[in-house]
Amino acid sequence: MIDAGTLALAALGLPFGAFVLLAVVAPLRRAGRAAGALSVAAVGGSLLAALILWRTFPEAGADTVELAWSWLPAEGGALATVGVLVDSVAAVMLVLVALVSFLVQLYSLGYLEDETAPALGRYFAYHSLFAFSMIGLVLASNFLQMFIFWELVGLCSYLLIGFWYAKPEAARAAVKAFWVTKAGDLGFILGIVLLWAQAGTFGFSELFKMADDKTLPLGGLSLIMFLIYLGAVGKSAQFPLHVWLPDAMEGPTPVSALIHAATMVAAGVYLVTRAYPLFLQTPDVLVLIGWVGAFSALLAATLGLVQADIKRVLAYSTVSQLGYMMAALGAGAVGAGFFHLLTHGLFKALLFLGAGAVIHAVGTNDIWKMGRLFGAMPQTGIVFLVGTLALAGIWPFAGFFSKDAILAGVWEGGLTVPFLMLALTVFLTAFYMFRVVFVVFFATGHAEGHPHDPPLVMGGPLWTLAGLTAGVGILFAVGGGGEEAHGPSWISPLSLGLALAGIAFAWLTYQRRAVSAEMLARRVRPLYVAALRKFWLDDLYGGIYRGVILGLSWVVGWVDRYLVDGLVNLASAWTMRGGDRLRRIQTGRAQDYLYGVAFGLLLVIVWSYWH
Amino acid sequence: MGLQPYLILAAVLFCIGLFGVLTRRNAIGILLGIELMLNAVNVNLVAIARYAADPAGLVFTLFTISITVAEVAVGLAIVILIFRVRRTVEADHLNLLKG
Amino acid sequence: MGLNGVPILTLITWAPFAGAVLIMFTARHHPLAVRLIAAVATGISLLLSVVVYVAYDADAAGFQFYEKVALVPLLGISYEIGADGISLVLVLLTAIIIFSGVFASWTVATRSQEFYALLLTLVTGVFGVFVSLDLFLFFLFYELAVLPMYLLIGIWGTSAQIRPRGIFGWAIRETGVGSKEYAAMKLTLYLLLGSAFILVGILALYMAAGGSSFSFLEMEGAAFDPVVQRWVFLLFYGGFGVLAGIWPLHTWSPDGHSSAPTAVSMLHAGVLMKLGAYGIVRLGMGLLPEGTHDWVALIGTIATINIIYGALSAMAQTDLKYVIAYSSVSHMGIVLLGAATLTEAGLNGSVFQMFAHGIMTGLFFALVGLVYEKAHSREIFRMGGFGRMMPGIATAFTVGGLSSLGLPATAGFVAEFLTFLGAWRSTHSWWLFPAVAGTFLTAVYVLRVVKQIFWGPAPLHGEFHDLPDAKGPEWVALVLLMFVIVLFGMVPGLAIGPIDTATLPLLTRLGAWP
Repeated sequence: MIDAGTLALAALGLPFGAFVLLAVVAPLRRAGRAAGALSVAAVGGSLLAALILWRTFPEAGADTVELAWSWLPAEGGALATVGVLVDSVAAVMLVLVALVSFLVQLYSLGYLEDETAPALGRYFAYHSLFAFSMIGLVLASNFLQMFIFWELVGLCSYLLIGFWYAKPEAARAAVKAFWVTKAGDLGFILGIVLLWAQAGTFGFSELFKMADDKTLPLGGLSLIMFLIYLGAVGKSAQFPLHVWLPDAMEGPTPVSALIHAATMVAAGVYLVTRAYPLFLQTPDVLVLIGWVGAFSALLAATLGLVQADIKRVLAYSTVSQLGYMMAALGAGAVGAGFFHLLTHGLFKALLFLGAGAVIHAVGTNDIWKMGRLFGAMPQTGIVFLVGTLALAGIWPFAGFFSKDAILAGVWEGGLTVPFLMLALTVFLTAFYMFRVVFVVFFATGHAEGHPHDPPLVMGGPLWTLAGLTAGVGILFAVGGGGEEAHGPSWISPLSLGLALAGIAFAWLTYQRRAVSAEMLARRVRPLYVAALRKFWLDDLYGGIYRGVILGLSWVVGWVDRYLVDGLVNLASAWTMRGGDRLRRIQTGRAQDYLYGVAFGLLLVIVWSYWH
Repeated sequence: MGLQPYLILAAVLFCIGLFGVLTRRNAIGILLGIELMLNAVNVNLVAIARYAADPAGLVFTLFTISITVAEVAVGLAIVILIFRVRRTVEADHLNLLKG
Repeated sequence: MGLNGVPILTLITWAPFAGAVLIMFTARHHPLAVRLIAAVATGISLLLSVVVYVAYDADAAGFQFYEKVALVPLLGISYEIGADGISLVLVLLTAIIIFSGVFASWTVATRSQEFYALLLTLVTGVFGVFVSLDLFLFFLFYELAVLPMYLLIGIWGTSAQIRPRGIFGWAIRETGVGSKEYAAMKLTLYLLLGSAFILVGILALYMAAGGSSFSFLEMEGAAFDPVVQRWVFLLFYGGFGVLAGIWPLHTWSPDGHSSAPTAVSMLHAGVLMKLGAYGIVRLGMGLLPEGTHDWVALIGTIATINIIYGALSAMAQTDLKYVIAYSSVSHMGIVLLGAATLTEAGLNGSVFQMFAHGIMTGLFFALVGLVYEKAHSREIFRMGGFGRMMPGIATAFTVGGLSSLGLPATAGFVAEFLTFLGAWRSTHSWWLFPAVAGTFLTAVYVLRVVKQIFWGPAPLHGEFHDLPDAKGPEWVALVLLMFVIVLFGMVPGLAIGPIDTATLPLLTRLGAWP
């Protein structure tokens, strides 16, 4: 039996090895498909290791396994270490990450077949780096290491959003994603520094032990945990830093599935889950997390209603679902939140990959340019429907159970208003998702070209994910609802009813056209306009960027060049002018100089006479 | 006769020479002024040598006279060269050192 | 004496000078021979630096590879050199930068033998400063490192366009801002002004210590009067601070670095600015503990101004080289901030940042040089879409940029993070916030530049067609620098191990440790 630490290191090391090979051996990278094969094989190995680890964990005797090496040496022991920390949460998360990475990379081989070989090699190099970083994040044994991988996944996100860097929108979206998440990360790093000053360590195990023993100094801990949570706000696209995620859809669709739906954006939720014993010390921050989560869920759902781009609908639904998870964490239902993270990872990846198949076939993202696709691509239609039902929270799909657990948890946690927001969001989610389903697959409309189901290399991952989404749900349905649904008994019928109402309403509006969408929009015109303008948040940030940051920089640049350096030049110019004046006494006539000599001589004589 | 009249003679001679050097515009005139100043020095040397009964002063005088001759030769040569180049020996026009 | 009897520091220091002499006397009119000699001479230095780095005994700490030859016994001047953890890292930095610099300026066409000879002479000065243990020698090497710059920029530099404006517009017009001659003169005058302060400071210490020896180690033992300490420290801070680019004495740096030829910018921003910071740490903090405590609040506060002000100024520039030059001003703020924290983490971060920033700015200037050489433009907003034509350069630029915005797994992150830790632990914990904000501003201007130049569609101007990627010798420079950035970012212990052995005694003397 291989021990857990070795398995974890293998899962971490394989993609890293692939990345190094692809980065250093240029011919291999430029070979394109060979690079893809290497990357897929490496992450497949990671998946295998993760599965073995998951099945054999926890081993007898220890429910956590920790390995550590000194990273930043200092007098009297390491200032910071790197290592792996495996517990049951990390083991499950590891499987999810490796699984989705593997499937998405496989899918990419088909999706990106038209790319040039060097571009494909670059793509897979980034993907290997991402798999490594994300696994490292999952296995991180301390805050600093988590931050390191946190930033690295952010880098991969930036690079992959900007994969088609020649497209101005992609370039802009990539930079925006980096900046907005970086803004959140400022809080994260401040929090880490403050926490270190407070507790003297970065390590999760040490900190949890201190929290257990009540030896953790609580002064300022609320601020620290709030700052750390800011990192999660940026990464997990919570209000008000969610603006980057919809734009991030400019990247290739598999990237959206992997990074911007299943894994990286969930890192914020994972962070809060990971550090939960610390968050428990600061209930006020938890309440804030719950409120912000619920509000993000609702806000993003309203935004999702008006999007015409299929990927943007999915992006807003991701923001919304991440809000659910955060709300659950804030209410204390940490198990429910993490459970939703896992199921969401599966069905949202499925939805994105399904959308990718549609986009691949039709050549556009605009849902109004699609229609009646179910006949042309039935397989895609079925898997997409599975994902949508799971997302809408319909029994017996995976999403139903996790969403139910969250609603129960939030209700039990006493967050009534957030609960209402989340319940409303259930309705909205079902509505906007089925809006997409009806418009794209069933309603009248005409798609360009001859759409068809994707090849096996893309279909395989789709069916795998669909099977898992349905399978996990059925497992729970048979197994009796999971351990988390402790809420009042009316919650399940309520959420199911709301979801069905949403579906029905969408059917009436977009399939039967019994309700006019235009009329609806007119009824709630202010809200409609606000949603179209994304509640002016993007404009606000754009204004801050252009007005405050660039404006300030212009002022400082001007001051530096024309005032600070101006003073330097002033001194210089005065010196030169003074020299110019003085040089006039150099007439060039020898006799003038002799006058000077004679006068000087006279002075010397007079002076010596008087002394 | 004491030393003083000789020194006064030398001083007067020196001042006349200096005046010539400072005021003459012609390079030859300036050279003559320099000659006068040098001769004032010679007078001083001889007078003091006599007064102190030390022949070293006389030796120096001989030196000075010979060096003066050389100086005049070189000076005149320079003046002639300047005249060839600039077609003038007016001191006011020779201001290449102007800053 | 040296390492196993071999005067290894002397060899490192003088190998470039020997190369310079060789170039001037044998390789005239053989451009390839000039470059090969330069590469070999700096290669020897690099190799020996690595040897020294490995051979350094961290357990023994202190100054090692010690050599001493009396020069003027009457005045107590001797050729006394040695290296501790800080010097060691900086010697390695210098060797890496000059070795890559030789390759990055492979294409210098005019008077290449004089160019390389001056460059190598300058490097000898830089090495000398880092290993000197005699203040007189230190100053000698310091001047040697500063002066050739005037010729290097004045002859081989490039000019920029600056429009005179503002209330001092007339002065700016009169001095001729933007031309390479102006930049060379400004840089030289500024640095000489600084070294005048330093000279006064050194002489004051020499006198105060009894006027019998210039030896650093002996002065370390002398307890200077607090008043002497206060004012001499200020002299050192002002003098070295000019070279370290402290606000508001930094304006020579953008003009100078922008006008200088590639290798010179690399060396100047990469190493010479560190010389200033090194001087403050070594002479200022090392010899004048009480003076340090008197001024540390000022140093740290000005450093935070540097960070923010430099980053905002960098953002405002439209000339690529100016962006990089201002980023140096910003990053030197981190160096001085770390030193001013007087904590183990902060001081280690400071020295690490000297190294990290040296490498990344060296990489940046090498890349800017390459882009300029190929596109003949430095105007950021005229360029665009270069990534397609020069993927290698784009990658290297991104790596450098990521390091400069403090992305983990690059050397820049380690340095900044340590400085943050130190800043919060220092007596002025608010220093942390501007420092962290600086990383965000850096992310803004770096990624903006990357996006503008390398991303996006190809520019409409017809002038940028079929630009070649980096090739041949240029790759040596780029790959070496990228490798070092990533290596030290992933395994920071490589540098922090030795650095720590030197910073702890320093902190002990300052009374800040344990």
